[in-house]
Amino acid sequence: MSVKPIAEDQPANFTWTAESEAEVAKFIARYPEGRQASAVIPLLDIAQRQHENWIPMAAIDAIAERLDMARIRVMEVATFYTMFNLAPVGEWFLQACTTTPCWLRGSNQVMKCLKDKLGLDNHGRTVDGRFSLLEVECLGVCANAPVLQVNDDVYEDLDYDQTARLIEALQKGEAPAVGSMTGRQGSMSQDGPTSLVSLKDSDGVPPWFAERQAAGGGDD
Amino acid sequence: MPKLTVDGVEVEVPAGSTLLQACEAAGAEVPRFCYHDRLSIAGNCRMCLVEVEKAPKPVASCAFPAGDGQVVHTKSELARKAQKGTMEFLLINHPLDCPICDQGGECDLQDQAMGYGFHSSRYDENKRAVTDKHMGPLVKTIMTRCIHCTRCVRFSTEIAGVTDMGMLNRGENAEITTYLEKAIDSELSANVIDLCPVGALTSKPYAFVARPWELKKTESIDVMDAVGSNIRVDTRGSEVLRVLPRLHEDINEEWISDKTRYACDGLKHQRLDKPFVRKDGTLQPASWAEAFTAIAAKLKDTAGTKIAAIAGDTADVEAMYALKSLMARLGSPNLDCRQDGAKIGDGPRASWVFNTTIAGIEDADALLLVGTNPRWEASLVNARIRKRWLRDGFPIGVIGEKRDLTYDYDHLGAGPETLAQVADGSHAFAEILKGASKPMIVVGMGALTRADGAAVLATCRAIAETYGMIQDAATGEDGETVPGWNGFNVQHTAAARVGGLDMGFLPGKGGRDVAGIVEGAGSGAIEVVWLLGADEIDIGALGKAFVIYQGHHGDRAAHRADVILPGAAYTEKDGLYVNTEGRVQMAMAASFPPGDARIDWTILRAFSAEVGQTLPFDSLEALRRALMAEHPSFAAIDTIEPAAWGAFGTAGTMDGAGFASPIENFYMTDPISRASKTMAACTEELVLPKRAAMTGTDG
Repeated sequence: MSVKPIAEDQPANFTWTAESEAEVAKFIARYPEGRQASAVIPLLDIAQRQHENWIPMAAIDAIAERLDMARIRVMEVATFYTMFNLAPVGEWFLQACTTTPCWLRGSNQVMKCLKDKLGLDNHGRTVDGRFSLLEVECLGVCANAPVLQVNDDVYEDLDYDQTARLIEALQKGEAPAVGSMTGRQGSMSQDGPTSLVSLKDSDGVPPWFAERQAAGGGDD
Repeated sequence: MPKLTVDGVEVEVPAGSTLLQACEAAGAEVPRFCYHDRLSIAGNCRMCLVEVEKAPKPVASCAFPAGDGQVVHTKSELARKAQKGTMEFLLINHPLDCPICDQGGECDLQDQAMGYGFHSSRYDENKRAVTDKHMGPLVKTIMTRCIHCTRCVRFSTEIAGVTDMGMLNRGENAEITTYLEKAIDSELSANVIDLCPVGALTSKPYAFVARPWELKKTESIDVMDAVGSNIRVDTRGSEVLRVLPRLHEDINEEWISDKTRYACDGLKHQRLDKPFVRKDGTLQPASWAEAFTAIAAKLKDTAGTKIAAIAGDTADVEAMYALKSLMARLGSPNLDCRQDGAKIGDGPRASWVFNTTIAGIEDADALLLVGTNPRWEASLVNARIRKRWLRDGFPIGVIGEKRDLTYDYDHLGAGPETLAQVADGSHAFAEILKGASKPMIVVGMGALTRADGAAVLATCRAIAETYGMIQDAATGEDGETVPGWNGFNVQHTAAARVGGLDMGFLPGKGGRDVAGIVEGAGSGAIEVVWLLGADEIDIGALGKAFVIYQGHHGDRAAHRADVILPGAAYTEKDGLYVNTEGRVQMAMAASFPPGDARIDWTILRAFSAEVGQTLPFDSLEALRRALMAEHPSFAAIDTIEPAAWGAFGTAGTMDGAGFASPIENFYMTDPISRASKTMAACTEELVLPKRAAMTGTDG
């Protein structure tokens, strides 16, 4: 981790769009009168989604005013969480996990690939502005480590080649199917189920597994 | 009342106490950085870890409630190991720059590292470095030293009431900063320097000036406003290097305003260090004998009724008493201590003091502010109002200017019209006052210095009487004494004012008040004016009068004077001051007046012999004895006697104009603060931009 960059070029104004406004009202209504400040995280998220995946200072001011909070309190929240960007990010915002499980499973290779193919370091952004990279702590998908989050989706079971394949697809503007890049299902062992196998039928395959495979085998 | 055992000592503490407080009650010392009595609990430094039996791991005692039957060990092996471990972590990223750190010698981290630190570091990696932040002209930051206790953040948010400071980022990258690195816009901002347990926030004007052990420490009283904050004056040689707060629960708690703390560099500039006499139109240095002779020659041919005296805002009680005695002997009834022309002084003492007392604000349940901006006139009174408001919010009404006072209030109106509505009950706020059991009103100089001040005062008295603000002590049903309540308060701005009023430094029979003296001097009816540090009058209107200026700064009045008698500033003399509550406090001399300057009462005593009217006291003790014999209220040091209520003010018509606070710039209100470079820097950074913005929007 490192200090979160804050954009130097800031838009002068920020106004909620109609859709955002509806969302904002919905979240504020969830909290009792006088406790609107609880909605600060959802509002930051709404602002970020509205504004090209980063939050300008004008939005911080708008949120502070809307929730009757001090601006510095909103800033504290916005800088605390890695999910909030305070400077422009790429069209494809890559968040690579380098915490211990991912690192043990080869996150260095993922990082190396990103460096080789896109020339990206932590907090880097490609010249064309299409990709940017942030090194993050655990994304909660340790069983399928190493993982890379692309905007809202997590791609799992990466290695150097799989990462390259992912980047190529993204460069073409086609996001591959979310989930494991090796095609394994959920976080199941790569060699098939190892638990609940006592429920298996004569073929050695659990009936629920066969049913799902018959239905297309998609992961949810 | 939980009963628990700390290090083998059994203590009983009030319910709701923390474990740390229980440990203190038992006499055990627990190290801490983030915990502070007057701030909310953060529990983030982890230094106060102690062992509690049956708890699975050490607990942070500052954030852990004391419970019945707990057995606590603060010095057990586990506790010591936890504390030492925390200290080691804190020191990992703390630079080893004690030799160049201004906090050195008064640093909590340094002190506690002696008790809980290891002899050397086991940390070989790079230490983190943090860029310094701009926090204004008073607070210097060396953020690499910060240990993230967040005391400064909590102080500025909770007590100062400005939400400028915060902690951004997280973990190793956490940084304390102000929003967009603005200066902290508070009159109490420099208190964060005292609160900072390390050298991250230090005093900018005092940077690299001195070490604490080089300084002589003198406990004294502040005169920058009428609050009478208790201060400690640190001097080296004859130079006042800094002013720090001193604990007084009933006045300033442990805070002081930035003006109190930083105006002291004004004591070094623009000083009058020798007598001057005007010869051939210019002021020329002279000896004391020449100066006295010049005054005596003038006084010889002047009738007593043509002589006048005005006492300034920072005069000590002794000097005013000596001047009053001298004027009496010269036969002059023209004396006044109300430079600003406030219409107070007739009637009982209750009509000119802050009867509720500053600590008493905490008992009030409704407040009406009239013509006062307490944030600038008395920052610590404002802090106390905020403290009361934070506790459970109480209704506050303001009649006067609409300012940010750091708490929510109802702006009832701008001037007397609204005041009259509240008085006759037709305003909605009257209902609130009626419903309150301990309502209070604070009347500021903005309302009393006007031509219709006496009528405003009468209206405020009517409000106090109508809404039950004056309650006599009574005997309750069970025979216990129910203390009385006096919710009528006058908010003064001058440290000398209440002392002057208490001793009757006021026009005698047929005498002129300040306006009369100035007018008389202009028209020739007054021939000699003795100004005791009085700079805030219309100096240009004194006409041809012979002006004697006795004071310590070459400020407004000194330029006009015909004779200048160099006196002592508040840090250079023992003196009594009476604060706005009517509390008599004794200031102590921390250094000596510069050059030929002398302590004021001795100047007056020496001069009295020159004109054959020798004042009957040769020592400070004799002067005080005479003063206290004549006015017994001065004998009660640091106590408050409830003042008797009575009739005062003059009913009359009130002008329609709105009330305006007399203070236009918090940082410059008297000769000392006007001579201070630090206060000038504050004015430039914090006052002028706002003023420019205001005029910009207006026109």
